[in-house]
Amino acid sequence: MNKTVRITLAALLSVGLAACASKQAVKPQPEQTPPPPPPVATAPVASGKYTPADLDTDPCLRQRSIYFDFDKADIKPQFQQIVACQAKYLVDRPEARMTLEGNTDERGTREYNLGLGERRAKSVSSALEALGASAAQITVVSYGKERPVCREHNETCWAKNRRVDIVYTAK
Amino acid sequence: MMIRHLKAFLAAALVAAVSAIVPAGVPAAQAQSLTLDIVNGVPSAIPITIVPFAFESAATPPATDVSEVIRNDLARSGKFRTLGRQDIVETPTRGSEIKFPTWKLLKQDYIVVGRERDVSGGQVRVDFELWDVTRQQQLLTLAYTALPADLRGVAHQIADQIYQKIIGVPGAFYTRIAYVTAVGVGKSLQYSLIVADSDGYNPQVVVRSRQPLLSPAWSPDGKQLAYVSFEKGDSAVYMQDLATGARQLISARKGINGAPSFSPDGTKLAMCLSFGGNPEIYVMDLATRQLTQLTHSMSINTEPRWMPGGQSIVFTSDRSGKPQLYQVPLSGGGATRITFQGEYNANVAINYDASQFAMVQGSGNVYRIAVMDRKLGDQMRFLSPGPMDESPSFAPNGSMLLYAASEGTRGVLYSVSDDGRIRQRLSLANGDVQSPSWGPYRQH
Repeated sequence: MNKTVRITLAALLSVGLAACASKQAVKPQPEQTPPPPPPVATAPVASGKYTPADLDTDPCLRQRSIYFDFDKADIKPQFQQIVACQAKYLVDRPEARMTLEGNTDERGTREYNLGLGERRAKSVSSALEALGASAAQITVVSYGKERPVCREHNETCWAKNRRVDIVYTAK
Repeated sequence: MMIRHLKAFLAAALVAAVSAIVPAGVPAAQAQSLTLDIVNGVPSAIPITIVPFAFESAATPPATDVSEVIRNDLARSGKFRTLGRQDIVETPTRGSEIKFPTWKLLKQDYIVVGRERDVSGGQVRVDFELWDVTRQQQLLTLAYTALPADLRGVAHQIADQIYQKIIGVPGAFYTRIAYVTAVGVGKSLQYSLIVADSDGYNPQVVVRSRQPLLSPAWSPDGKQLAYVSFEKGDSAVYMQDLATGARQLISARKGINGAPSFSPDGTKLAMCLSFGGNPEIYVMDLATRQLTQLTHSMSINTEPRWMPGGQSIVFTSDRSGKPQLYQVPLSGGGATRITFQGEYNANVAINYDASQFAMVQGSGNVYRIAVMDRKLGDQMRFLSPGPMDESPSFAPNGSMLLYAASEGTRGVLYSVSDDGRIRQRLSLANGDVQSPSWGPYRQH
């Protein structure tokens, strides 16, 4: 999830905790029922388990593409968060199944690019498994350069094609 | 004479009936013809006249103009300059009718004359003669008998005979090419694997799919085509009989199943398979379906091509960091790197005597077809300008090479002579052409 959401989340949790703290400072009288806790924003990520509905609503889970540098298959720091929440989903939902589709930009030969796309998809699956996902939940497919999202011959387009797409086949 | 374009000529092909060879369940459909444009020729080409053949029977002449097909074939090779029809002032049909001073005046080195007539069984007999104008000597005379529908094939065979007699090397006009077209966008995108005559005529659909098709490979007898299809959702290798349309699934193992290549004797198929963990080169015995693993390297190993002797395979590997070409013997043993110039070398094509290795060479963002001359100390020469060229494939006589290029937003094919001087573009009116493969000499 992005920074803003995290900070907001943290702020809301601290408000909640502060509210609890202030409650304790005011000594409750035994006969009185304690006042209801102040409302806390429902943000289940930090402590709860994902549910299928989160796939459509959670800002991190909704991000299903991881992008790569030219000729590279290593996951860049800015995509670690996406890998983390997707891994958590797989851990929280043992019945969930995911296909990782590896892609490349148009440069280079078709068959070599099938290999490069697979290398990227496997890089993501390794990262997911390292975070607790089961290999049985993940299928790896490579389309090489056969499934471009754009056709222009420039870096802006090439960057969009160097990607692994996450597709949930079972939630 | 330079043939500016054959568009109008090939438009006739769209009207001709197209027989579609498709697997059961896929409806037959018309295939678009490729448009062939000659991009540049060579001034030192040999001047030759192909006089229109006379039709000597009472009935209607056949639709195919045999002399025109021969004329276009020889011009396409870049080695001949054919006299335009408008300049053919006399029309001899046999050697005895040739007035040599006329053709000497027109600066012709050679002249071809011929005639056709109906014979039994609805067939046509074609007789032709090749004459040396300077020496006033007959070099060649042959006759062919065929059905009217097969007259283009007869013309290509005659062109091959003329080419071989004069140039001294077998012609490759009587050959076919395979290629993939991609037409439409998004939900309507459709891929077709097509086999056509080497001049782009008579396209026939081998298989159609909404999912990618790539890497067609010809069996040495020209009867089977192996290819990669994503119709199952992941890559799989199929082998299809071109005459019957019957096809077999060769490999749909987990991971990549790609880059099929038949051995020179047709009994084995090399492939790239990644079910073992990473892409490696395997050889499958087609009779037993047994697999032998040839490479063992934690890297991408793909694009195998056989040496003509069938004893070793050249392939692409990035085990040293970026893709380069390596060679591995079938008998087992380590792979040896063979390319040392250029930061990226992949997708080798080997000519008939292994003297020339064509490949895709990448430098920065430019990918071009390069040829390594193994008789000249592995000297490299470039056959294409780039920037996005790929899939080189030699004609069986090694004199031309087919490759795929990007032109603006569309994919096109180019056919280029082995010295890079002659270039022809093959394109589709409304789609991309890619993944070409030149077939073997056709059986007569």
